[in-house]
Amino acid sequence: MPKIIKNREIIDDQWTTLAEPEQELETTPESTNIIVNLAYWLENKEALTARKGKVGVLLLGSDEPETFQEELKHIDLIAVDFPKFGDGRGYSISRILRERFNFTHEIRAVGDVLRDQLRFMERCGFDAYALRADKDMNEALASFASLSVEYQSDVLEKRPIYARRP
Amino acid sequence: MYAYKEYDQLLLNERVEQFRDQTQRFFKGELSEEEFLILRLQNGLYVQRHAPLLRVAVPYGMLNSTQVRKLAHIAKTYDKGYAHISTRQNVQFNWPKMADVPDILAELASVQMHAVQTSGNCIRNTTIDQFAGVAVNEVADPRPYCEIIRQWSTFHPEFAFLPRKFKIAVSAATDEDRAAIRFNDIGLRLVENAAGEIGFNVFVGGGLGRTPIAGSLINEFLPPKHLLSYLEAVLRVYNRYGRRDNKYKARIKILVKALTPDVFRDKVAEEWKHLVNTALDLPDAEVKQMQECFPEPAYEALEDNPAALMSAKKDSSAFSIWYRQNTDNHKKSGYRIVTLSLKPISVAPGDVTTDQLIAIADMADQYSFGEVRTTHNQNVVLADVKQELLYELWEKLKSFDFATANIHTINDIICCPGGDFCALANAKSIPIAEQIQRKFDDYDYVYDIGEISLNISGCMNACSHHHIGNIGVLGVDKKGKEFYQVSLGGDSGFDAAVGKIIGPSFKEEEVANVIETIIKFYIDQRIEGETFLMTYQRIGMAPFKEKVYAKNN
Repeated sequence: MPKIIKNREIIDDQWTTLAEPEQELETTPESTNIIVNLAYWLENKEALTARKGKVGVLLLGSDEPETFQEELKHIDLIAVDFPKFGDGRGYSISRILRERFNFTHEIRAVGDVLRDQLRFMERCGFDAYALRADKDMNEALASFASLSVEYQSDVLEKRPIYARRP
Repeated sequence: MYAYKEYDQLLLNERVEQFRDQTQRFFKGELSEEEFLILRLQNGLYVQRHAPLLRVAVPYGMLNSTQVRKLAHIAKTYDKGYAHISTRQNVQFNWPKMADVPDILAELASVQMHAVQTSGNCIRNTTIDQFAGVAVNEVADPRPYCEIIRQWSTFHPEFAFLPRKFKIAVSAATDEDRAAIRFNDIGLRLVENAAGEIGFNVFVGGGLGRTPIAGSLINEFLPPKHLLSYLEAVLRVYNRYGRRDNKYKARIKILVKALTPDVFRDKVAEEWKHLVNTALDLPDAEVKQMQECFPEPAYEALEDNPAALMSAKKDSSAFSIWYRQNTDNHKKSGYRIVTLSLKPISVAPGDVTTDQLIAIADMADQYSFGEVRTTHNQNVVLADVKQELLYELWEKLKSFDFATANIHTINDIICCPGGDFCALANAKSIPIAEQIQRKFDDYDYVYDIGEISLNISGCMNACSHHHIGNIGVLGVDKKGKEFYQVSLGGDSGFDAAVGKIIGPSFKEEEVANVIETIIKFYIDQRIEGETFLMTYQRIGMAPFKEKVYAKNN
């Protein structure tokens, strides 16, 4: 079973991403937790929520949580795609999901996810990371703690530095 | 100036170790070129024509003498004995070794300096009016707000991977915009409203490069309390909707233009609704505390125009001219702001040697409360000099080649490193600056020309802001040969104008002659009291164009 980082620990991934849900769903066991793209979810949500397994949705950087906020209560996981290391749209998407829409389930970073981004992602509300396949997860864990001082308020720390100062 | 608190220092030390680890991983092959590129670019490290270039941040252009001595040490130990002041008030080293960079960063950290976010697609160093806090006409000292912005923007978790670089400039002067705020991604101008309250004009979407455009006013009065929430709203809209498919269309100016400033403002307002009245609010107490981090130096009660100054001006015309050109009024009587020219002839504009850096630090200690400022015009400022000591200081400045009385003249050229150093450049720029300075070597004539700005960029990236020089020169590549395009009428001030190209470009050897023709024509056409820009605005491009190309034919 593939591994991911979840809450700073390496665990077995309990989810299966269906790149082509139309074809793959038939052969996927009813109890498997699946991740499908947003368009597929929007078109098939009744059928998907009726399944035994949980359903997560994969967002692209161009997807706007504002446009499907009503759906969020039926979604069990959101994966946000980073097509490239340097594409930072997912950071804003995650903050909006957490801070504006109070999404409490897993938000997972997928795609070109590398260790030097992990703490920024965590501060923006991600709690799970599917590290790029060629990278070492154990080494990546160390990078969460490389900078201990953070000036801004964020999803985890509501007070900016001046409100935390003794 | 702001002195680091314990946590500022801790962060910097950790950052040095983080970058050391990243550099080691790169050398071990664990990070690809591309992966390391993004990381090193977040830390001011470029790979240039001859060697890496390390850009060191000078937050809002403020340095203390200890920091300047450290820069001198780095120039001597790790570089070839000089450093370069950039057009974003930063300091660049052109010859460090990649493997030495972690050690250089550790040296910098020991004096509260760093290279964080001096490059890459993130929020860059905030620039400022170099006379902030000492200018005569100022609404309030803008530096505390710049430090607040510095802390907010440093390792901001959401905005580390923007579509493109992002630059903020701040000014608080009522009479002149010395920071070119309308040509930044965000320009903030501190103003006072009718009720006597202080707030910001917020301009968005200004910039140069391939698409030069002045920023649009999207908020006429932003109270300081909302500064960070509003900035965060602008940045979030940009982060989500700025183009990422084409790096030449990725700056916020393209987004603002595509949406129109009105629609962009509405989008920001919509986003801001969710951010205002949250932890991002800046309490008055915090602003006040930050203001206390910028205490006024221990000025003495002095009179303007002391006898020592008056007699020196009478006795030495050279001193008197330097006083007129290179010093400015100070808010405190008996003091004067002194600009050190880094543009003597045949020196690359903005370059300073190790010895000069040490001299700057010594003079700052002796004459200006140990503080130094860099300017976006690539000069250096000693902001608090007693008028009675100006003659003594001038004598020292002369011996270190800082006293060329050419500030705001045609020889105060803003110039990028160009094709001699920069990997992006299409053409050389430093030799063009020298060519022009040699042409205008008669200083009676130079002073007669009066106030003018001449900016030379070696490529469309416009690091020298050629679009907003009254005269702009741009190096272009035509089938492997270097040509130069000349533009007129640029204005970096409140009126914010982009210069217009006069016509077909010129060969390298023609540039100084063309500038001379333009200047002669202006002198011929001007009416009493007009600067070059005023004459140009009155008579327009056509007669200049006719004159320049008639002569060439």
